[in-house]
Amino acid sequence: MSLLDRHTGFVRALRHGGLPVSLAEGLDAARALTVLDLADRETLRAAYAAALVKRHTHRPVFDTLFELWFPLGVSPEEAPEPPEETPAESAPAPDAADAEAFRDRLRELLLTDDEIALRALAREAVGRFAGFEGASGSSWSAQLVGRALDPKTLMAGLLRAVLGGRLPGGVAERNARRMIQARVDRLNAHILADVRRRLAEERGIERVAETAVRPAVENLDILRASRADLVALRREVQPLAQRLATRLTIRQRAGRSGRLDFRRTVRASLSTGGVPLTTRHRPRRPHKPELVVLCDASESVASFAHFTLLLAYALREQFARVRVFAFIDTLDEVTRFFERPGGDVGEAMRRLTAEANLVRLSGHSDYGHAFKVFVEHYGDVIGPKTSLLILGDARNNYQDPALAALETMVAPARHAWWLNPEPERDWDTGDSIAGVYGRHIPLIECRNLTQLGRFVGELA
Amino acid sequence: MTMFASPEDARTRLGAVDYLTDPGIATAVFLADALGKPLLIEGPAGVGKTELAKAVAAATSSALIRLQCYEGLDESRALYEWDYRKQLLRIQAGVDGWDEARAGIFAEEFLLARPLLTAIRRDEPTVLLIDETDKADVEVEGLLLEVLSDFQVTIPELGTITASRRPFVVLTSNATRELSEALKRRCLYLYIDYPTPERERDIVLTRVPGIRAHLAEQVVRTVASLRALELKKAPSIAESLDWAHTLLALEADDLDEETIARTLGVVLKHVADHTRAAKELGLPGLGG
Repeated sequence: MSLLDRHTGFVRALRHGGLPVSLAEGLDAARALTVLDLADRETLRAAYAAALVKRHTHRPVFDTLFELWFPLGVSPEEAPEPPEETPAESAPAPDAADAEAFRDRLRELLLTDDEIALRALAREAVGRFAGFEGASGSSWSAQLVGRALDPKTLMAGLLRAVLGGRLPGGVAERNARRMIQARVDRLNAHILADVRRRLAEERGIERVAETAVRPAVENLDILRASRADLVALRREVQPLAQRLATRLTIRQRAGRSGRLDFRRTVRASLSTGGVPLTTRHRPRRPHKPELVVLCDASESVASFAHFTLLLAYALREQFARVRVFAFIDTLDEVTRFFERPGGDVGEAMRRLTAEANLVRLSGHSDYGHAFKVFVEHYGDVIGPKTSLLILGDARNNYQDPALAALETMVAPARHAWWLNPEPERDWDTGDSIAGVYGRHIPLIECRNLTQLGRFVGELA
Repeated sequence: MTMFASPEDARTRLGAVDYLTDPGIATAVFLADALGKPLLIEGPAGVGKTELAKAVAAATSSALIRLQCYEGLDESRALYEWDYRKQLLRIQAGVDGWDEARAGIFAEEFLLARPLLTAIRRDEPTVLLIDETDKADVEVEGLLLEVLSDFQVTIPELGTITASRRPFVVLTSNATRELSEALKRRCLYLYIDYPTPERERDIVLTRVPGIRAHLAEQVVRTVASLRALELKKAPSIAESLDWAHTLLALEADDLDEETIARTLGVVLKHVADHTRAAKELGLPGLGG
């Protein structure tokens, strides 16, 4: 593959992976190649990143694809590899002694900070342990390497070595643990990259790219996010809220000024001989809605409720008042958990599931009963300044939807919306009654941070 | 007429003025110079975005011209303005007729060049730093587009002024708002993240003379642990340096729990962050 083909293929793959790479940016990158020494792969990576990746959240996608399109070739000094290519075919099960030898070398390496040696070890280990005969011929698996090397079990020994033979606990141990963990993570990244490289050699880059690329964090499906994803998502919420708040303030300031201020107009006219050349206006009172949130706190959608509340609370300035109610099969007000100044929404979510009274019988969501309870106890909370927000997947476990109660809640509110974290195509399947509720309250699909941000921006 | 010969050259010369780069930074700086494109830098507060522009200026012995963006920044503050007071004086002092006066008052003499125009007109090597671009209004971005893509400014009364020598342009942003796609497209992009502990240790050692390597290591490792907690404001390089200075002044030679608890105010600036860190790291004597 010529450099030009590789370049265009890479740019195409990036676009396919969701990065908006324009023609001009592609040209910039190509121009960068002409002024650089292409022998250094990290320089090449940095150059492509500078020219093509204009948003930090796109970087992981970029790195994955870069590893595939510009793989680290087998350089001469790593050449003592031939024995590892053959066993993959004849596949004698790598024995335990072999793995133990690798683990010894790994233990040494994790104590030093030698990136190149670490990568070499990862590649060698992949060659030794990753091959297996699958249903569709020979293949490679990063999990097999992970199982053989099992770096987690080395941790205690390494900690002792770093800390001089004892485990003091506290900050010192914590720091050492982080240091080693970071190296292990890098090792795993190298292993994964090398497995993908080998797969790409056999099956073609495009096919591997399709499965390897994960969407950027703002487009991650919140309901399907893994634990690591959730951490990444949570880090994104604060900046998102900040951006939204800035935009809202700008919008408010740019809006027309309010009613004529008669007194100040006359006062100003004195300096122009009593002729009111310029009129003065009162500043407009910003519209601050009261926000009432009803969130389904059941396991299935808890992570979604979590993010919406995080965002709502980060934007508290923009609302006159926020009241939060949570329910599973009965409903309770949970605002008190959030009101501690400087408090942390994650903590509040944990406490509310433990302390609030949300479960009556089964512990399965029952929207109908929750609505009835709300109307009965908190009916007067919703007034003409209120925006009502319901968060949930509308999966009612085949119980009474209590549409009348919902009507009573929606009618007095200024606005009412229902955010559903499920993709629209799943609505009305199984026990979802999104369509039924959708006739009484606008139902909005809200699966990722982009959609959530857009919605909250319009709300405030 | 480029300033740097290669990324490696950029690395050594920035290192010579005490700015430690990583491959990403060095390559981006080199390319921005070689391709003559503006460099947009984003990243958390306090990781050295503005510092980088200053370091480039120092390393290449260029003049640094800085345009600090703020809400309400407009053309007359960013680009140029006619000095109307001086023009009035000229008209009042002049005896000649209107035609001469009109020709006379729109001359170079009455032009107040603001940072963007100054940077474009200079013949000597120049680094133009447009700081905190996200704070400026969206209209300013439109202005920047024109200036940064062609490096020319049109003044109706004088004609078009084209840069005789392209300045090295650095834009920084804290991402409080998304910059427009059009602006991003015209720039090279560099995200400076928190450094790896190894690089941060080197930074501390260069910037805080007299600190012992062991203590520097402890500082950056602890800061890395703090960053991993979900804090309101994670400590950045600036805080690590402050911390190192503080410990040096206190003549502490070991960063144990008690020292951390006593000096935590240097790194964390929110009460909630303090309580959180105290809880997670098990620090003594910080009533939560």
